[in-house]
Amino acid sequence: MMDLSKYVTYLISFFRRLRIRAFRAMGGDGGTEEELTAQETALYDRQIRVWGVDAQKRLSKAHVLVCGVNGTTIEFCKNIVLAGVGSLSLMDDHIVTEDDLSANFLIPHDVCMQGVSSRAEACCESLKDFNPMVRVAVAIGDPSLIDEGFVDRFDIIVVSCASLKTKLFLNDNCRKRSKHIAFYSVECKDSCGEIFVDLQNHSYLQKKPGGEPEQQELTYASLQEAISVPWKNLPKKTTKLYYATRVLESYELSEGRDPGETGLSDLPAVLAWRKDMCDRMSLSESQIPTALLERLLAAGKKEHPPVCAILGGILGQEVIKSISCKGDPIKNFFYYDAADGKGIMEDIPPTPVEQFA
Amino acid sequence: MASAAAPASSEEAVKAAKVLMVGAGGIGCELLKTLALSGFSDIHVIDLDTIEVSNLNRQFLFRKSHVGQSKAHVARDAILKFRPNINIESHHANVKDAQFNVDFFKQFNVVLNGLDNLDARRHVNRLCLAAEVPLVESGTTGFLGQVTVHVKGKTECYECQPKPIPKSYPVCTITSTPSKFVHCIVWAKELLFAKLFGDKNQDNDLNVHSKDGSSSKSDVFERDVDEDLDQYAQRIYDHVFGYNIEVALENEETWKNRRRPNPVYIRDTLPEAVKQNGSSRDCSNDHEEPSAMASLGLTNPQEIWTLAENSRVLLEAFKLFFEKREKEIGNLVFDKDDQLAVEFVTAAANIRAHSFGIPLHSLFEAKGVAGNIVHAVATTNAIIAGLIVIEAIKVLRDDYKNYRMTYCLEHPTKKLLLMPVEPFEPNTSCYVCSETPLLLDVNTKVTKLKEVIDKIIKSKLGMNLPLVMIGSTLVFEDGDGLEEDEAANYALNLEKVLAELPAPVINGTKLTVEDFQQELSCSINIKHREEFDEEKEPDGMVLSGWSAPVEKQINSNGENKSAASSSSAHATDDTVEDPSKPGMKRKLDELLETKENCDASSSAQVVEDDDDCTMLDGNPALIKKKRLQ
Repeated sequence: MMDLSKYVTYLISFFRRLRIRAFRAMGGDGGTEEELTAQETALYDRQIRVWGVDAQKRLSKAHVLVCGVNGTTIEFCKNIVLAGVGSLSLMDDHIVTEDDLSANFLIPHDVCMQGVSSRAEACCESLKDFNPMVRVAVAIGDPSLIDEGFVDRFDIIVVSCASLKTKLFLNDNCRKRSKHIAFYSVECKDSCGEIFVDLQNHSYLQKKPGGEPEQQELTYASLQEAISVPWKNLPKKTTKLYYATRVLESYELSEGRDPGETGLSDLPAVLAWRKDMCDRMSLSESQIPTALLERLLAAGKKEHPPVCAILGGILGQEVIKSISCKGDPIKNFFYYDAADGKGIMEDIPPTPVEQFA
Repeated sequence: MASAAAPASSEEAVKAAKVLMVGAGGIGCELLKTLALSGFSDIHVIDLDTIEVSNLNRQFLFRKSHVGQSKAHVARDAILKFRPNINIESHHANVKDAQFNVDFFKQFNVVLNGLDNLDARRHVNRLCLAAEVPLVESGTTGFLGQVTVHVKGKTECYECQPKPIPKSYPVCTITSTPSKFVHCIVWAKELLFAKLFGDKNQDNDLNVHSKDGSSSKSDVFERDVDEDLDQYAQRIYDHVFGYNIEVALENEETWKNRRRPNPVYIRDTLPEAVKQNGSSRDCSNDHEEPSAMASLGLTNPQEIWTLAENSRVLLEAFKLFFEKREKEIGNLVFDKDDQLAVEFVTAAANIRAHSFGIPLHSLFEAKGVAGNIVHAVATTNAIIAGLIVIEAIKVLRDDYKNYRMTYCLEHPTKKLLLMPVEPFEPNTSCYVCSETPLLLDVNTKVTKLKEVIDKIIKSKLGMNLPLVMIGSTLVFEDGDGLEEDEAANYALNLEKVLAELPAPVINGTKLTVEDFQQELSCSINIKHREEFDEEKEPDGMVLSGWSAPVEKQINSNGENKSAASSSSAHATDDTVEDPSKPGMKRKLDELLETKENCDASSSAQVVEDDDDCTMLDGNPALIKKKRLQ
């Protein structure tokens, strides 16, 4: 019996590899043999001057999945459709409500009033309009239930407005595949935002001052690893937003709530949660100011449109860097807070993996 | 104290605000969208431009079907589709038009700039100062961007800090001794192209004298009556790339310390063309825009053509202008969106580059240099637009302690990708927002008033419609509504040298110059000087007294711009003093050196920018200034 099950596993993985090879043979590996068409050169002229022809060709062969359509991810979608990715799939079955209009500029008023379209459907048509050369499609389904093989269709997966559990599940799925799939999660809470990046093993060309670009290798932590680092091991200057986000996330998970389904009334419970976590992780509670938790709780699901634009812009740039294998990517968290205006990168866990090897 | 008057919440402040957006291009499209989403409901937008194909990769409110239409109007209509209940007024006009005067500006609570050129930025800055309306200024180049806040009396104005000015080249570098590809481009674009296809009455420094006995006419560029087009094209080719180089080589002094150029003749580069005397072209398609590349079967704009290919493109483009676009000849001005003009200029620049041992470039690269094309991507514009709205809301709430200049960086500097910096106090020696007099070194015995007005008052001080007074004598006034005799009198004055004006200008004289539209007035003290260095002081006069614009070496080869941008950012990693304080002192000038890209490669002409050009100034380390308290 054991042998049979091993054989089945082997068969599955064999066919999976075969499929990937077939996919690569179709040009899925970002091969750069063909020239851009005159139409592409004219349309993309200004950005080719930023990232080069090869990057543009790789972009046109990349497939992106966005799970969770909100103000922030729609900014991201706009950016990468304009940039000219190969395809973009939107997964969000929630029926559009008036709340969705506040930070999302792609949902027409009448669509909202009909109350029949999903968020993904409502945005799909407008996104197609932005760039006829990009295939934009709706992927019906629930991100927390998608099967492993499904993620193989994509090179990039971006998740938002999903529970921690779903994010861990998707990140894990990406990591299990033999194909390289980059994983990003992004959340905007009013004036604050967080981006998480997992590129697994990423090699890219790093520009060197005055010299030839050099090949660089980076190894990323999984989401699970990145959020379970003992706090006492983190550098003193680690942004308070990292800790505050972990407290809220873990509180929401324990209460079985969706992200942002919390309010100021949760403050006492959240403060108790903070104390508990800080005690366990040997961190002073002052590192997670009450005022900051209050701001995040009051935000709920609200997104501040300028912050959506900033997060969607940074995320767009990151995905372009990752597809083109050009430029230093974020490793592995990005935080923005409109209150102090800083856009900060954090590397967590900070210890290089090689030391353990 | 101020809090009593300040609106209680940002929502209220936003709802009550009336804002002016200048520019509906790369930043403008993003900004209008973010403003509308953020609850702004009374927005005016001004833009002079119409939509082009190369805008569509980032100016997401525009579609292919909109090409040729007004950016301001189309952007307004696109936003109203998803926010039908807000008020947007669009103006398809130049912000420098007289209708946008100080009173017009006074109706707004804040002005937001998404502009593409220094000239308009300075103009808006002055109107905002005069109208006492806060200004949020912005710019992007590639992955770099910045947002700054300018509030009269509280922070520095846009012109308190020196701005890099477009690089100009000494005429002789362009006409005789090019050493960089950009010099060849300037020659091809502003001399050869202008001479052949532009206004014949314009001054042109192209070497036209001819003594090659074959031709007896005064201008070798004129076509002979019986000359066929192929002969004409080949004659021009041999004249500018062959004969003119031979003449230049005769002057041994020039080449003492320089590499000697090689003359290039058509018989050497394209022997078959001379024999055939006329290529047969049957693939020309009358429906499409004429293109030498298309008729020669060249498809890849990224490819560097050989000398022979460049020669073929040049001759073909030349002929196509005469065959397909003859009506335009005499009125053409180089335009980066004119394919045939770009082909002609690329080929001519490359042939000249070959002569002078300068590496050749592809059409794509040459177009970037010739058109001063700015690198632009949607993401940076989106981020910058978000930052503009965040600052605008602070301005509306009068939350001046939290005003920040924010820099968007390509490489994190001490963990920061978005770096906030506290704004600076006004520069007390700024001629725009303080009353500090300027100093002009000039030879008053030979310099005409016209030269001072063109080269200094308009070009350097950025005045639109200036008025010049010497003591109480009015010697010049610009603009409409002048009496005929006044106008005639001023025209006479323009041609007079300074010392011979009705009120003579000599050493120690004080000029008062004013621009009524900008409500700007400043004094210039004159210092007489006889000698000027032709290379270093090509204007024949030197303006000083405020921090003069820094003229930087441009990255002119167009070959490694992106590499340069990254290296400059790397180079500054160590100069940042304290990463944790937002108001740190730092060398942003190096960090943001890529701003040069938007000024790259123009001769003394005004830079004609693409839509999102930046003037990434942010150069706090250059002048020591106190930070805003």
